[in-house]
Amino acid sequence: MTTETKRPAPVGRRRGPSSGGTVNFLALSVLAVLFLIPFYLILRNALSTDAEITAPGWMWFPVSPAWENIEKLFTDPSVPMARALLNSALVAILTTLGTLFLCATAGYGLARIPYRHANKVFYIVLATLMIPGAITFVPSFVMVSSLGWISDLRGLVIPTLFNGFVAFLCRQYFLSFPRELEEAARVDGLGYWGSFWRIVIPNSGNFLAAIAVITFVGSWNSFLWPLVIGRSPDSWTVQVALSTFLTAQTVSLSQLFLAALVAMLPLLFVFLFLQRFLVQGVAQTGLKG
Amino acid sequence: MAVSAATAADATAGTGEHAPRARRGGRRRTALTFWGFVGPFLIGLLVFTIIPVGWSAYLSFFDATNTVSPTPEDFVGFGNYTAMLTDPAFQDSLVTFTVFAAFIVPVTFAFSLGLALMLNRVRFMRAFFRSVFFLPFACSYVVAALVWKMSIFNGVRYGLANTVLDLFGVDEIAWLFRPDPPWFWLVIVSLRLWIQVGFYMILFIAALQQIPQHLYEAAYVDGAKPGRQTFWHITLPQLRATSVAVLMLILIAAYQAFDEFLLLVGTMPSARPPLVYLYQTSLGMQQELGTGSAGALILALLIAIVTLLQGKFLGFGNSEDR
Repeated sequence: MTTETKRPAPVGRRRGPSSGGTVNFLALSVLAVLFLIPFYLILRNALSTDAEITAPGWMWFPVSPAWENIEKLFTDPSVPMARALLNSALVAILTTLGTLFLCATAGYGLARIPYRHANKVFYIVLATLMIPGAITFVPSFVMVSSLGWISDLRGLVIPTLFNGFVAFLCRQYFLSFPRELEEAARVDGLGYWGSFWRIVIPNSGNFLAAIAVITFVGSWNSFLWPLVIGRSPDSWTVQVALSTFLTAQTVSLSQLFLAALVAMLPLLFVFLFLQRFLVQGVAQTGLKG
Repeated sequence: MAVSAATAADATAGTGEHAPRARRGGRRRTALTFWGFVGPFLIGLLVFTIIPVGWSAYLSFFDATNTVSPTPEDFVGFGNYTAMLTDPAFQDSLVTFTVFAAFIVPVTFAFSLGLALMLNRVRFMRAFFRSVFFLPFACSYVVAALVWKMSIFNGVRYGLANTVLDLFGVDEIAWLFRPDPPWFWLVIVSLRLWIQVGFYMILFIAALQQIPQHLYEAAYVDGAKPGRQTFWHITLPQLRATSVAVLMLILIAAYQAFDEFLLLVGTMPSARPPLVYLYQTSLGMQQELGTGSAGALILALLIAIVTLLQGKFLGFGNSEDR
């Protein structure tokens, strides 16, 4: 975004307009259009009637958008969309806050507190990173069902909070946090807890926002765990609700696409307004992984 | 995963520094403070990861159908393991995964690197292009599967792909409903590519901006031509560490492929990757938690072996000293 103003133009670029540059630009434009087609299809189909979608001729956009689809979707009793949205919002927000709190405190403790066995604890955390995430769903299901948290908000949220990878990222970040700031706080009589909350956290806004946005997106879009845990319709998240409409034979096409649009909207807002943090989060989580 | 050894050394550096200052009475207080910070997280990790994995290992030796606490009579020894390993469906799922990885890893890698290079060159609307290619990352696999199945690759005439083929006089193709010819691979691979490519592109862009410009300048002085020559001799070698990381990430993500397979081809036995198979065994109609656990552990072992081999092969040593 801002990088092109700060950095000198790469030497690889030719001076002045050249055919290579134009071809490059055109190729990017074609690809951009291809990448946007699925979004266009969601919007088009969400605002069409079923007859329009399945009509033999290609239709670019419905002449009179079927706004009534929106009301239909939220009043249809067989499709608990409002409830699913509420569940997804609760799960994503609680997961983000919980992960941030637990992983930041653990990361700080591991990075800064001179406890004799801190290294051993850190190795335990690293060892759990070696267990491939997705295959633990069978063991975790076993645990959650014996706790009686099936189809329960607790089962959807709590087991996902203890993210070893995020704790690891936090530890790495706090290791590079300027020590002088904390030492000044120590002189002022603050303990570890005090300097963590008053000095370290307020000065780590960008890092924490990046982690938060990535966690939120991951939680909102996750499917396997909510599918395993959310057995009753009351506990479905948006993704699970959507998947059941997809496999049901009776649902109307336009409603299906409208539901997809609704499921995607919150994240489109995140992309519009928080993309900076998201990009930073991707660079952080990816490059250290 | 790649990080583990790299950070082992600085763990000591981070915690040891204050040690001489801690007095005898302070030591207990330090321990208390440490557990105040780390304790809640560690307990959670224990309860929701470490104990379940152990419990699952225990269950894998029992006939644990619809139960998480089998009785001793249900003990079957290695029965679940041999059942799993000789089960043609499980073997098929491993083959499916291998085919999938053979497609998705090189395609995603090449595509994301290509986009990053193109974006690095373009002078207009760079931020716009980057946002567009990254935008699908906001889309869940469920939503994408819905669009791919019901709109783009719908097997009837109003599907987008068939509409386009019709313009060229090609007959309708049933993309998803027949295992032969395996058109479903095109559907599955294009979907995952669309969602993920922007993510890896961002990693490559970040890495491209780290390459010192003087390397290119020096090459031009020596008579190198911009383009192919500098790409093979400067850009690609400088991207080595990122390339290894990206390859690992694509592969790890591919192991966990579940959503799109379940929703698009879940009913087709020949197109089931291991996770979908495990899901259907252990949490389907019959909850075969014993065999499911055995399968999960076999899979974990296989992944560990492949990861180690890949680490050896691609040479982690080099990416670690960064």
